[in-house]
Amino acid sequence: MWDYTDKVKEHFMNPRNVGDIPDADAVGEAGSLACGDQMKLMLKVDEHEVITDAKFQTFGCGSAVASASALTEMIIGKTLSEAEKITNRDIADFLGGLPAEKMHCSVMGHEALEAAVQHYRGVSAQEASAGKKQIVCECFGVTAEEIERVARDNALRKIEDVTNYTKAGGGCRQCHGRIQEILDRIAPAAEPAVVRPAAAKMTNIQKMKLIEETFEKEIRPMLKADGGDIELIDVDGDRVVVSLRGMCSACASSSFTLKKYIEPKLREFVSPALYIEEVKP
Amino acid sequence: MSIREVYVDNNATTMTAPEVLESMQPFFSRLYGNPSSMHQFGGQVKRHIDRAREQVAALIGAHPAEIMFTSCGTESDNAAIRGVLSATPDKKHIITSRVEHPAVKNVFQYLGQNGYRVSELSVDREGRLDLDELREVLSDDTALVSLMWANNETGVIFPVEQAAEMVRAAGAAFHCDAVQAAGKIPIDLKRTPIDLLSISGHKLHAPKGIGVLFVRKGTHFSPWLLGGHQESGRRAGTENVPSIVGLGRACELARECIEAENTAVKALRDRLEKTLLERAIDASVNGDTVNRLPNTTNISFKYIEGESILILLSEAGIAASSGSACTSGSLEPSHVLRAMGVPFTRVHGSVRFSLSRYTTAEDVDYIVENMLRIERRLREISPFGRDELASQSR
Repeated sequence: MWDYTDKVKEHFMNPRNVGDIPDADAVGEAGSLACGDQMKLMLKVDEHEVITDAKFQTFGCGSAVASASALTEMIIGKTLSEAEKITNRDIADFLGGLPAEKMHCSVMGHEALEAAVQHYRGVSAQEASAGKKQIVCECFGVTAEEIERVARDNALRKIEDVTNYTKAGGGCRQCHGRIQEILDRIAPAAEPAVVRPAAAKMTNIQKMKLIEETFEKEIRPMLKADGGDIELIDVDGDRVVVSLRGMCSACASSSFTLKKYIEPKLREFVSPALYIEEVKP
Repeated sequence: MSIREVYVDNNATTMTAPEVLESMQPFFSRLYGNPSSMHQFGGQVKRHIDRAREQVAALIGAHPAEIMFTSCGTESDNAAIRGVLSATPDKKHIITSRVEHPAVKNVFQYLGQNGYRVSELSVDREGRLDLDELREVLSDDTALVSLMWANNETGVIFPVEQAAEMVRAAGAAFHCDAVQAAGKIPIDLKRTPIDLLSISGHKLHAPKGIGVLFVRKGTHFSPWLLGGHQESGRRAGTENVPSIVGLGRACELARECIEAENTAVKALRDRLEKTLLERAIDASVNGDTVNRLPNTTNISFKYIEGESILILLSEAGIAASSGSACTSGSLEPSHVLRAMGVPFTRVHGSVRFSLSRYTTAEDVDYIVENMLRIERRLREISPFGRDELASQSR
């Protein structure tokens, strides 16, 4: 059992500001269902850029819900530029601390806020990430920028800490060398930062989201007309694993549908390198 | 604390049966002799160990001489795998499945990094093994195959008896991790050529810190712990006498209760599962429901997260477990459910309820009532599946 503070427990049991703002001025999302947590933050902002209301919805563990609840309490009444100064560490401190393995929950809160502010200022998440993001952890889709920022904000020195705060390095561990490079680079005594050439590449999370959106808009309506459905099972690099449901799962031409219809749609709307694989239910 | 306590995490550990505890008491006080000693203090204790060995052997259809006591299931698995491989150093291929317990999985991973070629058998969407795949990968170079009898997370039972025949025919050794199966379903080692089999005491109402490795007569096996001549020279170290006696008694009780386990306990499990599936907003069972342990059900609640579920269940006095990433200690969700291709939307919201002969019908009703309440509550704060939730409340 995790060692949560009383304040974390209290915010989990009685979360503040859960719900919806249908006419929100700013909406920010962070995390991913695939990673086990996702948060949606909605803000009402007045003409002086003061946050007058904030509501959230969270899928996630106890500390994810508590971090979201804490964040809304912290930002209501603040201006956007004041709110922007809040770090993940501030969220964790507000809750009396989080277990090291759960610091990534506070990071998710911070990212949702960042995304909401960007949304308010008219920068879409895709524009914000386009061109500048360099994925270090493929398993959890964590970028070099995020690792560097979180490592700086929290004075992290060890790979294990980076994993606890961002999840980076918690999967296949292949990126440990690169995380170490970042840590070495930002260490107090280290040389000035070297700017690496950026690879314009989507994070796994962004990719998954886009695939889900494509399913929803382009593919499901057609399948549902025939009494079928599709479910995303896994995304591993360019490999997209899906499962067909309902009438589709018994349909003899399902593999035809996948290759001739669904795969081209994914390549058109998400990435030309994607290929699709089916697992039978 | 809450008034009611409902423990349905029996695949993690079980309550020590009162009869077991009673059988152990004298060995903490009056009967403290070392069974290896020549005097009467030791001699009388040794007779109790011999009896326990017979009781364990009777549960699994073995000969008492084939029963070796260890400190836990993990030690049994390690000793079996390493013991066989060091006795057959020329063969460099080993086979296991993708859904084994870490006590086997991580040993294979280590061996894979240290000179062994490892084949991992896949499972289908219901968690079932494909024996044709085993047949294909078996070769003259195969030293050992290790497969679990029943899965700890889903309860799915593997056809290990058939697998053992195939492995025997291929000239390799077969180890079976029966930690979850022992005491829940009948095991008869006279009927199957399984060479080594692991059991853990605390999964069948004996205390923690005691395990068994069955090593069939004639199996090439090198001891791992070296020292005294205990356990016929296969596992050195002074015997954990109270726990060995307790385990013997627990095996005797398990034999008496195995029918109830497959009728009464199974009926309660089925009732729990059926009611939850009928009444939850979106729930589905993970794993083959035909070949499954009678006490286990693994249910995914879509769009809600396992740790949150467990905290709220725990608030209501209910102990269960989850395959969600946040409950694993690592950040990865259950490797078992992932190997089965269970979608992310369901893996994180999976809950395992594992019952025991101490579970009552009132317990089951209490779990259902609370689980449905918790599902609704977490769905209300989740950003996913909100349309479905809205239509349900109409």
